[in-house]
Amino acid sequence: MKLTNKRRPTAVVVGVAVASLALAACGGGDDGGSSGGKVTLSFLVDNSETSVATAKGLADAYHKKNPDVTIDVEQRPQGGDGDNVVKTRLSTGDMTDIFMYNSGSLFQALNPKQTMVPLEGDYVDTLADAFKQSVTADDKVYGVPFGTFMGGGVLYNIPAYKELGLEVPKTWSQFEENSDKIKAAGKTAVIQTYGDTWTSQLLVLGDYHNVAEQEPDFADDYTAGKAKFADTPAALTGFEHTQEVHDKGWVNEDFQSAKNADGMRMLAQGDGVQYPMLTFAMAEVAANYPDQLNDIGFFGIPGDDESTNGATVWSPGGIYIPATTEGDKLKAAQDFVAYAASPDGCQAQIEATPPQGPMGVTGCDLPADVTQVVKDIQTYTEKDGASTPALEFLSPIKGPALEQILVEVGSGIRDAKSGAALYDEDAKKQAQQLGIEGW
Amino acid sequence: MATVIGKARVEEPAAAPVKAPRRKHAGIQSHYPFWFYLPAGVVYAVLFLVPTFIAFYFSLTRWGLFSQEFIGLDNFRQFFNEPGLLQGLKNSLIYGVITSALKVVLGLLLAVLLTSQIIARGWLRSVIFFPVLVSTIGVGITFTILMNPQQGLINKTLEVFGIHGPGWLTNPSLAIYSVALVDVWKGVGLATVIYIAGIVSIPRDYFEAAEMDGATAFERFRHIILPLARPATVTVIILSLIGGLRSFDLIWAMTGGGPGFSSDVIASVIYKQYQAGFYGLSTAGNVILFFAVTLIVLPIFWALNRKQVDM
Amino acid sequence: MNKAGSRASRYWLGGAALVVTAVVFVVPFIFILFMAIKDRKQSSLLDFSLPTSNNLISNIVEVIKSRDYMLVTAFINSTILTVASVAGMVVLGAMVAFVRQRRYSRWNRLVDLLVLSGLIIPPAVVPTIWVLQKLGIFRTLPGLILIEIAFGLSFTILLFQAFISTIPKELDEAAILDGAGPFRLFFRVIFPLLKSVVVTVIVVQSVFVFNDFVNPLYFLPGDDNATVQLTLFNFKSQFTTEWNLLFTDILLITVPMLVLFIFFNRKIVEGMTAGAVKG
Repeated sequence: MKLTNKRRPTAVVVGVAVASLALAACGGGDDGGSSGGKVTLSFLVDNSETSVATAKGLADAYHKKNPDVTIDVEQRPQGGDGDNVVKTRLSTGDMTDIFMYNSGSLFQALNPKQTMVPLEGDYVDTLADAFKQSVTADDKVYGVPFGTFMGGGVLYNIPAYKELGLEVPKTWSQFEENSDKIKAAGKTAVIQTYGDTWTSQLLVLGDYHNVAEQEPDFADDYTAGKAKFADTPAALTGFEHTQEVHDKGWVNEDFQSAKNADGMRMLAQGDGVQYPMLTFAMAEVAANYPDQLNDIGFFGIPGDDESTNGATVWSPGGIYIPATTEGDKLKAAQDFVAYAASPDGCQAQIEATPPQGPMGVTGCDLPADVTQVVKDIQTYTEKDGASTPALEFLSPIKGPALEQILVEVGSGIRDAKSGAALYDEDAKKQAQQLGIEGW
Repeated sequence: MATVIGKARVEEPAAAPVKAPRRKHAGIQSHYPFWFYLPAGVVYAVLFLVPTFIAFYFSLTRWGLFSQEFIGLDNFRQFFNEPGLLQGLKNSLIYGVITSALKVVLGLLLAVLLTSQIIARGWLRSVIFFPVLVSTIGVGITFTILMNPQQGLINKTLEVFGIHGPGWLTNPSLAIYSVALVDVWKGVGLATVIYIAGIVSIPRDYFEAAEMDGATAFERFRHIILPLARPATVTVIILSLIGGLRSFDLIWAMTGGGPGFSSDVIASVIYKQYQAGFYGLSTAGNVILFFAVTLIVLPIFWALNRKQVDM
Repeated sequence: MNKAGSRASRYWLGGAALVVTAVVFVVPFIFILFMAIKDRKQSSLLDFSLPTSNNLISNIVEVIKSRDYMLVTAFINSTILTVASVAGMVVLGAMVAFVRQRRYSRWNRLVDLLVLSGLIIPPAVVPTIWVLQKLGIFRTLPGLILIEIAFGLSFTILLFQAFISTIPKELDEAAILDGAGPFRLFFRVIFPLLKSVVVTVIVVQSVFVFNDFVNPLYFLPGDDNATVQLTLFNFKSQFTTEWNLLFTDILLITVPMLVLFIFFNRKIVEGMTAGAVKG
């Protein structure tokens, strides 16, 4: 692109048709590279504050140890637009030397077998199983963790809970009782923020621990096209809960236009008491309401049975090497990836951004001064059987329209059952696109 | 400009007489060489015609990043099961009709007002035209906030009058209309300018004759301006109908197609499928949009132009 | 209608129009300005109120600096994109309109059909990306420039064609008698006469290209390549709680169009009318 900036506009005007041919020839171009033993690696990450800080922290720490290797952090948008950038750059062979991207179903959609370099080395064995599973395709591991595990459940305001004399609910009916009491006390019981549509999905995605407790084979059957959301009662529950919080009037008045940041503000200030959310959103509280950081706790979305109470967890994103990285750069990239998964690299990540949950590498412990939310997540992850990865890390299939469908269900436009049926159709599209048998 | 779209057809007879004394003009003809078409033709053919034609093929494939598979009409079947699409098709129509109708009516009224002898005419013309120049995304963001159901200026103002304002963008049955209104706000200036150009070009004798006959302002409007500004009307309708049916950026900036799928239009459905990596499906959406726009705009175009020739 | 009555109605109507336009058209712009002046806390209230402190300069500095000066890159990109593609449209469009208007041939119907198609048919997104990739110009500024030219040609040709029909053919004949070839005839004789319509085309298409959001979104993704409209879209997701900065960005990217407007305000209507009024 820089190449064209030098071109005088008039030059373009004179022979546009000719120029198009000439430019076609020099479209590719070399983007820096190795000279005299020094290597520069480009590293693409999403533009959220946490990702950029983590990536830069890692890059600097690595550069200190290996002065010959410099790592340039490039940024891309988050969400759907970002997915697009990653997909097109991979498919056109135009990817950076290393890149960060989600693990699980989004990772699977990148067709890792064709587009990425599998990882080898002892460090691969030190990766936490739950993470390793989410970056594995055909028995090969392609990524190392970037960031931390996080919980998907309910963030709650501890002082408000104390004031109203509430206990952390272990079953959904306890959650209902709590919510009624909070509403009676004149506060928002359940915060919803459909101004950011993705936030509508938590009551469904975060309920997966309970689904798996009741239907242990759901993920496999789902992938094979044998189980659906609409006709599996355990899986349908999440849709019903989304409808229930709306129908019972527990939600904030501006739930349709409020954004995630508004939701975190309400929660931190105690105007809203419970917010189904991913724990990474606590970064907002750390930045804007640092005094309230330890006023917020976390619990997994409760199911029907107290004895199987647990939480759903999200795997960290991964750092991957695209198949287009070659030669010296590939060597350097592989070394960097190994470093990122080492105890040193893990420590560098923790220093760059406060952790939001456990790390994805065994032998990398969290510091003692973690926030209340992280402590709460650890009580689940450290207890056997009390945590389950979200469905998107167990199955490659996740329909793209879930968030809009759940906004409809959570706004009273559509009922839970038909929402689930519609989502099954949406997922079918994804499965067919991925060429999965049984759909 | 006012007559731009209607004109080419009317010009035809003027060019025709050249045909007869052809030999005599052969020398002159060579001064209008066909290769003048070439640069524009190449760019247009490669980047517009070729993609349009291959779209028909791609719409019949399941086309991901790394693979392609011929699946016949499945994409179209799928597209019509898409919750957004039927809604999207309907919304595109609503949007196109509302915006072009309002732009015609308001544009004409404003143009009449701004060609009459009122104070601050120049300033008014500028103010109304300025939104045309402003970024659509910027306008979208601004109005999203002004239309916020709780804190927004619009509902706060209504509250002063004791009216409880609706959720302009959050009420699923209202969202598409709200966005259409903002589109009119942004685009009415162009319609007004086109009408002003049309009215200004009406020969003064008509008005003088009308004044001698003692015609009222309304009669002048009904019998002179309305029929003689017809080419301007054609231009405004066609331009805003095409723009409205294809519209994407304002809707995307204001509602993202939501709440749910309630304000999705065809163009936003196409973008969502593209974003999800469903390239074949997205292209099928393009083909549907192609037919929708062509089937709606072409007949209107012909009807409007034919009547104009009859006049 | 008597004179006194018409004068009264002139003030009454004008006054009413002033009030209505002030509310409908000016208030949103004042809102943008106020938001850009406010500090982060006050702007987060999203209300229409006087700024309590003036932060305009610091907001501007912060917006320009954010994301490694992305806005600066974007302004450079958008300027090149706008200038190059509008220049391309003007020259290529005028050439087509000239030959189409002057020369009778059986190609005329085809040319008309293609021009009309270009105006009506929505471009097919993914196949266009595919073609750009095959040519090696996907995600490049020259690629996007050619796209803007291809999509903008139809409207340009129509504007030129209407105007060229008002230029007497005798002018051509005189020039040809003087021995002018087609190239000189067009660029030296005809093209200078198109000045007023060229201004119209430049203004209309510059506004379109500079404010274009959809085409850069599809055909020029990536932060390095951002155009000004995409910065707005990117900042929208980034500054979720910093509305003052988002509105500062809106304000900044409106400035070039405001300048264009102040310069060409009169010419715009003039150029558009010129196509309709003969002579």
